[in-house]
Amino acid sequence: MLETKDILETINMIENEHLDVRTITMGISLLDCIDENIDKACTKVYDKICRSAKDLVKTGEDIQKEYGIPIINKRISVTPIGMVAAPCQSKKVVKFAHTLDRAAKELGVNFIGGYSALVQKGFASGDYALIESIPEALSETDFVCSSVNIGSTKAGINMDAVKMMGRIVKKTAEITADRNCIGAAKLVVFCNAPEDNPFMAGAFHGVGEADTVINVGVSGPGVVRAALAKSGEGKDITEIADMVKKTAFKITRMGQLVAKEASKRLCVPFGIVDLSLAPTPAVGDSVAYILEEMGLEVCGCHGTTAALALLNDAVKKGGVMASSHVGGLSGAFIPVSEDAGMISAAENGYLDITKLESMTAVCSVGLDMIVVPGDITPEVISAIIADEAAIGMVNTKTTAVRLIPAVGRKAGDELNFGGLLGKGPVMPVRKGSPEVFINRGGRIPAPLQALKN
Amino acid sequence: MKAIITVIGKDSIGILAKVSASCSDADVNIVEVTQSVLQDMFAMVMLVEIDKSNIEFDQIQESLNKVGKITNTKIHIMHEDIFNSMHKI
Repeated sequence: MLETKDILETINMIENEHLDVRTITMGISLLDCIDENIDKACTKVYDKICRSAKDLVKTGEDIQKEYGIPIINKRISVTPIGMVAAPCQSKKVVKFAHTLDRAAKELGVNFIGGYSALVQKGFASGDYALIESIPEALSETDFVCSSVNIGSTKAGINMDAVKMMGRIVKKTAEITADRNCIGAAKLVVFCNAPEDNPFMAGAFHGVGEADTVINVGVSGPGVVRAALAKSGEGKDITEIADMVKKTAFKITRMGQLVAKEASKRLCVPFGIVDLSLAPTPAVGDSVAYILEEMGLEVCGCHGTTAALALLNDAVKKGGVMASSHVGGLSGAFIPVSEDAGMISAAENGYLDITKLESMTAVCSVGLDMIVVPGDITPEVISAIIADEAAIGMVNTKTTAVRLIPAVGRKAGDELNFGGLLGKGPVMPVRKGSPEVFINRGGRIPAPLQALKN
Repeated sequence: MKAIITVIGKDSIGILAKVSASCSDADVNIVEVTQSVLQDMFAMVMLVEIDKSNIEFDQIQESLNKVGKITNTKIHIMHEDIFNSMHKI
């Protein structure tokens, strides 16, 4: 029989250390729903999503009950709507957003992602209209998430798209200003976007994926922190890395079990497990606290980037062996407003946007859930996106930007979303104007991938 | 299917009896029991078979929760596989 201490350890992780499966996300291809007539296409999209995911929520709940593991979100990701909308003669692309929202409500899922366009090298038919409709789409729907991939290591950075996205992010915040600018929290700008990511707001179902697929995102910053708190004292960094690996292994095994079980019950192929440390605003469920547990006085002080690099790498190493297929973003997330430790570090002036930018060079995502002053210009937003995309492009990694311009607020104020999105202090951005650089447009050429000596 | 019942709490008279009675009412077969009392904290782990149970899994859960309330303990019942996958390679 199993050892009592192992059993009690698992129970303790779930009861006291916030161990959970963050999301079961069903990826659904909409390529077979394409139609020249937008209304026909929308009907097909609605029918296909509702047909494919009709048992998703119930299956998630059943697994949660039987296995005793909290499964926080059930979500859907779809083929980037930019492609689905391409042949439509009508330019009222926003109809697709309403369709997705209706399907999400019918099925009871928490979010539906894929109101997206992939424009890293250029705009295809449908992409322009889709991007222009993002502010309207996010303000008129509740559960739709949107993402735009504006760069990749192979293609370089599409600066025309970067320029456009600065304006779109700002407009999305403005149009939802009466709801704490929530629209901007549902919009991610990517470089090297993964096609099998189960996490929102950046999830979409890539074109190379199967018709339907189950991806699972695990979480558990609280568990890692507790492991370090319990037995990390006096240990050197090698031992700390080992501890993180062992903990990540256990967390991922649980995710793998849930993914396999969900895939079996839904008769949908298993895609990947995304082994991410995804924080929530709950105290104790914070990535910042892990870094502080390693010995930093506060997240954001010198040494933070090194500690985060170690954490990010150890999570992957531990998780890779625990799952048959790993993918998505896999690593440590640092969404400021969703992490109690990051919020407190930012409020007390230890964490600013430049330190966060350097942290994103070694973490799994990017500048995530950062609240910036409402008077920020679209060009500055574009420049922040370009900086972040450049880090991703050169380092062959995913980077993302999810900024929330807090309309009517200035640096030092606070924006409170409530729930899983948390709250964040408005962070000042750097002075000086990148306007001429951004307005040039064009493309940053793809970086050299050879001659690395 | 096998499941694991864990009972954690302050030791008192009759915890084992009440949990076992709840299992037998539900036709849940107890395969193995280990228990330890550290100072006055009581920790019991039971391996049970629930295939022949006369009620649904969540009803077993509910009846155990009731026992937990009466005995002032925390009782969980979870599928055995979660522990196997986390602690065995």
